[in-house]
Amino acid sequence: MRFRTALLGAVALTALTGAASAERGSDGQVNIIYWQAPSILNPFLSGGTKEVESASLVIEPLVRFDETGEMVPWLAESIPTVENGGVAEDLTKITWTLKEGVLWSDGTPLTAEDAVFTWEYCTHPEGGCAQSSYFDGVSSVVAVDDRTIEVNFAAPKPFPYTAFVGSESPIIQKAQFADCLGAKAPECTEANFAPIGTGPFVVTDFRPNDVVQFAANENFREAGKPAFATVLFKGGGDATAAARSVMETGEFDYAWNLQIDPNVLSSMEAKGLGKVVTAFATSVERIHVNQTDPNPSLGAERATLAHPHPFLTDPTIGQALSMAIDRSLIADVGYGAGGQPTCNVLPAPAAYASTANDGCLVQDIEGAKKLLDDAGWVPGPDGVRVKDGVRLSLTYQTSTNAVRQDTQALVKQWWSEIGVETELRNIDASVFFGGDPGSPDTFQKFYADVEMYTNNFAGVDPEAYMANWRCSEIPSPETQWQGSNMQRFCSEEYDALVDKMSQTANLEERGALAKQMNDMLMQSYSIIPLIHRGNPSAHAVTLEGVRMNDWDSEIWNIKDWSRAK
Amino acid sequence: MFTYTVRRLLLAIPTLLFISLIIFLLLDLAPGDPTAQLPLTIPPEVREKIRESLGLGQPVYVRYLLWLKQFLVAEPLHVFDTMFGTGFADGMQRVISWQTRSPVADIIAQRMPQTLWVVGLSYVIGTLIALPIGIISAYRQYSWFDQIGALVSMIGYSVPTFFTGVLLIVVFAVNLGWFPSIYDTTHVVDSWDAFVFQVRQMAMPVFVLALYNAAQISRFMRASMLDNLAQDYVRTARAKGMSEKVVVLLHVLRNSMIPVVTVIALGVPTIFGGAIITEQVFKVNGLGQLLITAIYANDIPMVQTLTFIFAVLIVLFNLIADVLYGMLDPRIRYD
Repeated sequence: MRFRTALLGAVALTALTGAASAERGSDGQVNIIYWQAPSILNPFLSGGTKEVESASLVIEPLVRFDETGEMVPWLAESIPTVENGGVAEDLTKITWTLKEGVLWSDGTPLTAEDAVFTWEYCTHPEGGCAQSSYFDGVSSVVAVDDRTIEVNFAAPKPFPYTAFVGSESPIIQKAQFADCLGAKAPECTEANFAPIGTGPFVVTDFRPNDVVQFAANENFREAGKPAFATVLFKGGGDATAAARSVMETGEFDYAWNLQIDPNVLSSMEAKGLGKVVTAFATSVERIHVNQTDPNPSLGAERATLAHPHPFLTDPTIGQALSMAIDRSLIADVGYGAGGQPTCNVLPAPAAYASTANDGCLVQDIEGAKKLLDDAGWVPGPDGVRVKDGVRLSLTYQTSTNAVRQDTQALVKQWWSEIGVETELRNIDASVFFGGDPGSPDTFQKFYADVEMYTNNFAGVDPEAYMANWRCSEIPSPETQWQGSNMQRFCSEEYDALVDKMSQTANLEERGALAKQMNDMLMQSYSIIPLIHRGNPSAHAVTLEGVRMNDWDSEIWNIKDWSRAK
Repeated sequence: MFTYTVRRLLLAIPTLLFISLIIFLLLDLAPGDPTAQLPLTIPPEVREKIRESLGLGQPVYVRYLLWLKQFLVAEPLHVFDTMFGTGFADGMQRVISWQTRSPVADIIAQRMPQTLWVVGLSYVIGTLIALPIGIISAYRQYSWFDQIGALVSMIGYSVPTFFTGVLLIVVFAVNLGWFPSIYDTTHVVDSWDAFVFQVRQMAMPVFVLALYNAAQISRFMRASMLDNLAQDYVRTARAKGMSEKVVVLLHVLRNSMIPVVTVIALGVPTIFGGAIITEQVFKVNGLGQLLITAIYANDIPMVQTLTFIFAVLIVLFNLIADVLYGMLDPRIRYD
C-alpha cells in the first residue's frame, strides 16, 4: 500500500515537473466566454469589469491579489512595507522596484518611466479616466532609475497599495500611448483596442462587443508560460447560454459571471463536462433603511435630513425587520453556490469581518413580533401595526432583476407576518443606478422607505468603503444627489472612527476599527445585510490551474492555466 | 415616374432630418446614464469626469448639430477618403461610440457581414420557401397541404424566436451535438471543411429566421393568389384553352406578385436592422446585437446612428416599393 502511494506520488511528481517544463503554447487554444463582451481593451477608458478582466491578459499591475486577498508581487520584485523600508516612516511615500528584465510584448524593456506615464495618463483632467480614484492622494510619481518607482502622497497614506495595484490599475506603455493624453485618449483607437502589455498574451484581433483573439506573448518573462498558444475571448448571448457552452456542449473552456437559477446551474454541472467555481470578495446584497422621510408631500425637501423618517430611525423597527428575514432561504432560492447569508456589510477579508452580529443568521419571527409589541406597536384591524396614528407601511424598491424580485416577494411575506405592510417597486437598473439627478427613481434619491442592491469595494482595504457612511456623504439636493451614504446614516462617533482609520497604519488596528464601524452600522439597523454574494463561473474539467478570484481579475493567473493531459 | 421619384427623394430629406431630431430628443430625454453600468466602486466624481469627456456637458442643440455634422459631413468624407486616398476628412471628428471610443461606422462595417449572411440569407430562403407554399396552398385551397401550410405558418408566426432558438439549441447542439451553439464570427471560409463548418453554424439561426419570414410571406402569397384565382380573366384564360400551368404560373402569379413584391421590399430594411433576439440567442454578433448592447450601455451616438440608418433604409425601401408597384402594375401611375 505504502509502496503504491509512493509510486503514485512519484507519478504525480513527474506529471508536475512535466507540466512545469512544458513548452510555451503547447496546449493549443483556450476558449473563454464572457457573455458581456468587452467594448475596449483599455480599462482606463471604460471601467467595466468585462474590459478590466479581458485587458488583464495583456496589461499588468505591480501587484495582484490572490484568491485569499493576499498581495502577490507581479511586476514588482517585492511588497514594500514600513518594516523593509519600502514605505516611508511618515507614510507619505512608497518605493517600488520592478522585476529585472521585464519586456513589453514588442521587445522593449519595461521601465519606471512607463509607470510615471500611466499616472499622467490617468490623472489628466480631460481624459475621463475611469480608474483615477486609484491615484487619489498621489502628489507625484517619480522614476528614480529604470527600475525604481517612487509614489509620493500629499498626506500620510496608511494603506499605500492603491496606485498600480490590482487589475484596475495596470501599467500601460509610454511609447504606445504618448500621443493619447487627455482629450486625445479616445482618438487612439488602435492603442485602445490592442494595448501593448507585459502579460502572458498579446492581442491579435479585437472586435468590439464581439470577440477578442490573443496569442501567447513571446517576450513573456516566465519561461514556458503561458501553456496556451491562443485565446478566443468570445462575448454575446446571456449567462445561461454561456454556462451551457461550457458544461453541456463543451464548446468553451471557461464562462464568466453565471448568476442564473441555481437549479439550472447544478443540473448543467451534473453532466460532468464542467465545474462551477465561486469566489467571494466583498459584495453584499443589502437593504438600506431610509433614515429620512421620502413622503412626496414634502416636495423638494423629500428624503433629506430636514425630515427624519417617522419610524425607521428607531433601531428597534429595523431590528424587527432584520429578525423576520430567513437569509438562508433567500440564498437557496436565488443564489445557490453564489451566495451565503451574512450579517455584516463588511464580510471580508477575514481580518476585517466582525462576528458580533451573527445572531441574524437565524430567522426569529416571534422575537420580531415581541420587539414590536414591547415598543408599543400594536396590530390594527387589517393586521398592520400602528402606533400614534403611524402605520408600519413601507415601500421597498430595487432594480429589475429576477432574483431581486423573488427576494422582494419573500421579504414582503415575512414582514407581513410581523405586521409590516410592504409595497414593492422595481426600477430598470440603468435608471436606478444611473445617478441622473433629474430622475426620481435613482438609488441616491431614495424616494422609498427601504431599497435593496449590492455594493462592494475594489481591492482589499475597506477604508474608503467604510467612509461611505460619513454624514458628509449623504446625497441631497445641495450635492446634486451625489454621495454614497444612501440610507442617510449620520453619527459623529462614526465619523471620528473614519478619521481615525485614515491615520492608522497598523493592519491589526485597522481591522479592529473596521469591525467597530461595521458593528455600529449594523446595530443602527440602517443597513440590513442579506447575502454575501460570490461570483460563480464555470470551467471545463479539462482546464487546469484555475484559481477563482474575486479580489482581482478572475482570470488573473491565466499564465498558469493548462490543459489536462 | 422619374419626376415622381425625384420629388419623393427631395421630400425625404426634411422627413429624415425630422426623424433624426426626434430620435435624438427621445434618446436624450430618456432616463439613463452611460456610466450606469460601471461598477459602483467607481466614485461619482470620476463618473462626472467620464460624462464630461463624452461631451455630455454641452447643451442638447449643440450635441445634435455636432452629431449631424459628424454624420452628414465627416463620415461621407471619410468614406470618400478611404476610397480615393484623399485627405478631406483629416482632423474631422467622426461619430464616436461611447462604449468603444472608436468610430461607430467602423464597427457597423465590421458587423455587417454577419448580419447580411445570417439575416439576409434567411430572408432569401424564407421568401424562396414561402412563394411555392403560398401558390400551392391557394391553388389547392383547403387541401391537406393547405392545412399543414396554415399550421406551420401559424407556428412560425406566433412562436417567438427566443423560444424556437433555444429549443433548437437544446435539441441539436446540446443533445445531438450536430451544430455549434455559439456562432464563431472570426471563422474564415477558405476550404471545403471551413465552408461546411460555416453552413453548420449558420443552419440553426437561418432556420429560425427563415421559418418566421416564410410564415409571413406565404400567407400574403396565398391570400393574393386566392384573390386573383377568382377573377374573370382567369376564367377567360381557361376558356381560351390554356393549360393550368400557364394560367396559374403566368397569368395569376404575375398579378398576385404585385402586392407580395411590395411586402418583400418593405421587409428588406429589417434585414439591416438585424434580428435582435435571434442574434442574441445564437451569439451571431451582428447589427441587432450591436444595437441592443448599445441601448443597454446608453451609448447614444451608436444608437442614434444605427436607428437613423434604419430610418433612411425604411424611407428608401418605401420609395422602392412604390416605384416597383408602378412598374409591375401598368394601371398605377403617379404622374
